[in-house]
Amino acid sequence: MDAIKLDLSHYRELLKQYINTQDESALYEAEQISKRSIQHNISLEEIINTHINALEDIYPELPENIQHSMSFLLEVMISYGLALQEFQDLRETQLEIKSEISVAARMQNTLLSTVKPDVEGFDIGVVSVPANQMNGDYHHFIHHEDGTVGITVADVIGKGIPAALCMSMIKYAMESFPSEHKNPSEILESLNRVVERNVDPSMFITMFYALFNPAASTISYSSAGHEPGFYYHAADDTFEEIRAKGVVLGVTDMAQYRQYEREIHAGDMVILLTDGVTECRQGDRFIESEEVLEVIKSFSHLSAQELVENVYKHFEKLQDFHLRDDFTLIIIKKDV
Amino acid sequence: MDFRTCVNIQKEWDIVGARQFGRDFSKKLGFGIVDQARIATAISELARNIYLYAGSGKICFDEVENVGSRGICIVAIDTGPGIKDISQVMEDGFSTSGGLGAGLPGVKRLMDEFDITSKTGEGTEIRVVKWVR
Ligand SMILES: Nc1ncnc2c1ncn2[C@@H]1O[C@H](COP(=O)(O)OP(=O)(O)OP(=O)(O)O)[C@@H](O)[C@H]1O
Ligand SMILES: [Mg+2]
Repeated sequence: MDAIKLDLSHYRELLKQYINTQDESALYEAEQISKRSIQHNISLEEIINTHINALEDIYPELPENIQHSMSFLLEVMISYGLALQEFQDLRETQLEIKSEISVAARMQNTLLSTVKPDVEGFDIGVVSVPANQMNGDYHHFIHHEDGTVGITVADVIGKGIPAALCMSMIKYAMESFPSEHKNPSEILESLNRVVERNVDPSMFITMFYALFNPAASTISYSSAGHEPGFYYHAADDTFEEIRAKGVVLGVTDMAQYRQYEREIHAGDMVILLTDGVTECRQGDRFIESEEVLEVIKSFSHLSAQELVENVYKHFEKLQDFHLRDDFTLIIIKKDV
Repeated sequence: MDFRTCVNIQKEWDIVGARQFGRDFSKKLGFGIVDQARIATAISELARNIYLYAGSGKICFDEVENVGSRGICIVAIDTGPGIKDISQVMEDGFSTSGGLGAGLPGVKRLMDEFDITSKTGEGTEIRVVKWVR
C-alpha cells in the first residue's frame, strides 16, 4: 500500500527538536515532510502512526490516556485518508481523460481541416477557436471545378465532445453529396434529412451555407436558423444584417430553405460568424452586435486575415482570455 | 469453507460487535494499529451494507496463510436482494454517500484482496483478505 515509508528516526529527531526549542526551522522541515509524503502517496493514517511511534519513543512513560487519545485520532483519520486516496485516483483518471481528449481534438483538427480559398479580386480571412479543447463550430470550403466555392459555417448547440462528434458526421454527409449538388437551399434540405435521421433529437445544428461565385462577384445563400452574418457597404460605410429565414437542422424532415442572392461590390465585405462572436460577454454583460461591427470596422484597413485575428484577440482579451463559446469568424473582402 | 467464527448482523449495534471482533482478531494475528484500524473500517462498511440493504447476514473471520505470510480473511454473506450492476458499484463516487472514499471501492483500497459474487434475488458474498506486513 505505502511504497515508501516515512523515516521514523528523522521524524522522531525533528519532533524532539521542536518539543525542546519550538524552533521555526523544525516546523519548516515538517512542511517538507508533509509535501514529500503527498508526493510519495504516504497515507494520512501512516503519518499519524509515525507520530504516535515517535512520541512513544521519546516518552516511554507516555500516560495511557494520551496513548488512547492518539489511537482515537488515528481512527478518526482513516476515512479521511481513504477519501484522499480516492481523490488521488480520480485525479489520475482525470489526467488520462484529458490526454485522450487532446488526442481526439488533434484528430478532429485533421478530420475537419479545410483550405481557405485563394481567389482573385477577393481577400478572405478565417478564424475558428474552440472554447474548450474540442470545437463545436464548423466551417468548411468546397472548391468546385467551375471556380465557385461552397462555404459552410455551422454551430452545434452544445459544446465539447458530443458537438465535435456531430460535426464529423456533418462533414462526411456533405462529402457524400453529388458534386453537381451546389445550391445552398438543396444542400440544407438534404443535410436536414441526414440530421433528422441520425442525430439525437436533443442536439440542434444551425448552419449557414453560401455558394460564392468570384467570377460573377455574387454570393447565394440559405440559412438553417443560423446566427445572421453582416454585409458591409463600402459606398456609405454601413453594415446590414444578412437575414435569411430557415428552421434549425433536424427539427422536421420536410424543412424547406429559401435561397437568397446578392452581388458583392468593390470594397464591400461579407461577414459570416457563429454566436460565439455575437454573444461574447464582458463580465455579466452580453456585448451588442454593434460593438462587434465597430471592432470589425476599426480593423478594416488590415488584410482580411489580420482583420479576423485582431477581432478575435480583441474579444479574447475582453473576456479575460476565457472563451465561453466556440468562436468562428469568416470575412470575405472584395478588393477595391 | 469452514469458518472459525461468524458474527451475525441483524441490528445496527451488531456492526460494532463485528468491528470489535475483527480488531481483536487482527491484533492477535500481528497487525499494527494502522492496519487494525483499516480492517475495522472495512468491516464497518461491509456490515453496514448488510444491515442497510440485505436486512441481515453475517461476517465471518478466518486466518489465512500463504508462503510464510499470515493474513486475515473476512467474508460478508447475506441472502438479500443482491447487487445488479457490480461494476457500477465498484466505480469511485457511485456510493450514496458520494465521493467520500467509503463504500465498496473504499473496502477494496483498505484490503489487499477483494472478491465479490452476487446474484439478484439470492444474495451477496464479499471476501476480503489482508496480509500482515
Ligand atoms: N450486501 C448488499 N446487498 C444488496 N445491495 C448492496 C449490498 N452492498 C451494497 N449494495 C448496493 O451497492 C451500493 C453501493 O454500496 P456502497 O457500500 O459502495 O455504497 P453505499 O452503501 O451506497 O454508500 P456508503 O457505503 O458510502 O455510505 C449500495 O447503494 C447498494 O445499492
Ligand atoms: Mg455502504
